[in-house]
Amino acid sequence: MIPLWIYLVMAAALFSIGTFGVLARRNGVAVLMSVELMLNAANINLVAFWRYTNPTEINGMAFAAFVFVIAAAEAAVGLAIIITVYRNRHSVIPEEARTLKG
Amino acid sequence: MGILEYLSANLPAIAPEIGLTILAMVILLVDSYRPDAKSNIGYLAAIVMALLAITPFIPGWSPAMGESSLKWGGMIRHDMLASIFKVMILFAGSITSLMAVKDSAVGQKGEFYLIITISTLGASLLAASADIVMLFVALETVSIPLYILAGFSHSDAGSAESGLKYFLFGSFASAILLYGLSLLFGFTGETQLTAIAASLTSSESILGTNILPALAALTLVIVGFGFKISAAPFHFWTPDVYEGAPTPVTAFISVASKAASFAVLMRFFIGVFPDAVQLDGQSVQAFWTGLITVMAVVSMTLGNVLALRQENMKRMLAYSSIAQAGYALVGVAALQSVDQAVMTSAISSVAFYMFMYTFSNLLVFAGVILFSEAAGTEKISEYAGMQRRSPWLAVTMTIGLLSLAGIPPAAGFFGKFFLFQAAVQANLAGLAIIGVLNSIVALYYYLLVIKIMWVDPGKDEDQAIKIPAPLAWTFGITTIVVLLLGVVPAPIIGWARDGAAAVAQAVTIGLP
Repeated sequence: MIPLWIYLVMAAALFSIGTFGVLARRNGVAVLMSVELMLNAANINLVAFWRYTNPTEINGMAFAAFVFVIAAAEAAVGLAIIITVYRNRHSVIPEEARTLKG
Repeated sequence: MGILEYLSANLPAIAPEIGLTILAMVILLVDSYRPDAKSNIGYLAAIVMALLAITPFIPGWSPAMGESSLKWGGMIRHDMLASIFKVMILFAGSITSLMAVKDSAVGQKGEFYLIITISTLGASLLAASADIVMLFVALETVSIPLYILAGFSHSDAGSAESGLKYFLFGSFASAILLYGLSLLFGFTGETQLTAIAASLTSSESILGTNILPALAALTLVIVGFGFKISAAPFHFWTPDVYEGAPTPVTAFISVASKAASFAVLMRFFIGVFPDAVQLDGQSVQAFWTGLITVMAVVSMTLGNVLALRQENMKRMLAYSSIAQAGYALVGVAALQSVDQAVMTSAISSVAFYMFMYTFSNLLVFAGVILFSEAAGTEKISEYAGMQRRSPWLAVTMTIGLLSLAGIPPAAGFFGKFFLFQAAVQANLAGLAIIGVLNSIVALYYYLLVIKIMWVDPGKDEDQAIKIPAPLAWTFGITTIVVLLLGVVPAPIIGWARDGAAAVAQAVTIGLP
């Protein structure tokens, strides 16, 4: 059986890639994708920990299922907001949206 | 136990949430079948939410004195601390609906009230959650509707941009928080907050005596919560979002989601990392209270200093709300004490502070809504001569600003007094002194607005501002509550102390 740490390293790598993406990418859609990577990293953690430490209870799996639902809702709302911004200024790069001074 | 007994024991814990769910469905139906009744939907939402605020007082439904019981399979806490936060959140939802009715950007859209109701539902659950699954789901139930609301005015580029920024920062923070929670779950195999603490302290813990993984998970969670309560250094979304979002939405973001996040922040930290959780001979509690102390100092100072040079009223209030989060964090930092009495006064001071902040901030934002509808501007300098255009508006806004500044007879004075008292009791006198110094800096920009309203000559002084009925009700309710809390704080702080004592007791006896 594949040891637990491989899953954890994989999740940590995904999380780091996601964090890097959020901080480094300027395009709103790319940032949204990076956030999804981070959520999925957490999901891998949840399912792997559940399977290796406590497979008789369903709590970890249930948590992961809730995260799927929330990630889907978040993506739907996020894309809708990005489309609204695009209609207003034909750009999805937050820094170029300068109506509000930072 | 039969199903009926189970329900009758567990349903009272989520009575307001059930009411809000029904309200949401009714709003959806009325909005579909009566397209001409948008204002009535607003009044309906406001009245029902205010009525739901009495459910925690119904005999038989109210939580038992001095008890903090777990309901719904350990997902929900049914205690007085949850009640006090639910009451302020429901009033925040109610008053936001009331003041939105006359707002040109959002008032005539039925879905606005639906989304506010759902966000209130999430905040109300968040304040009572006792399990990391519930915590995360409730947190997203508050946040996702607020992303929509921040970008609610399609045609207004500022609003859409505010929605985008709030969404990107908010979902980033949620993802960080979730990663921290997933690590905590992994280390313990538990999702219930106190069960996590028990598992961390047990000798079979897979962490052994290794403290670093726990600190890493804790830091991720603090970062996530820091975004939600807009504490520095995770505050940079706040001014843009507050300025761009429609004003009723800004009011709601600044009170309801912040109050619920503070409730769950305290529940999380004293639930998962109380003093009894010692790893490698070191207390994790010292670590998180240290981080919270730093965040409190930075938030207060940064918020107040940056607020000084703002020209837009909503941006000024955004920086002021960062500073207010800093003051409330002083109370959270006071949880470093292991003494049950000090913990009680720390938790209750934060609850009282959020209670008074909810009403004071809603009062000021109602004034901002009315003034920007009448004058078409949010610039502070344009507030000149307001006293001659509408004396009542000037009087009520002055009371609200004085309350935020912490001057008697408004409620803010006792709010700050209890917080700094708790800090001194917890041997954090230095933090209390920084808080007092910051309050003095804050006085400047609050009093400056008051001076502009009352003294400076304005250019449209002959045009009186008429206060429409829903806003008059908003001003009336919030002003009365702010003044009552400032003159007789005893009932509310006593209630908060009862609730806090139960929580503090559950923490100190819950662990070996």
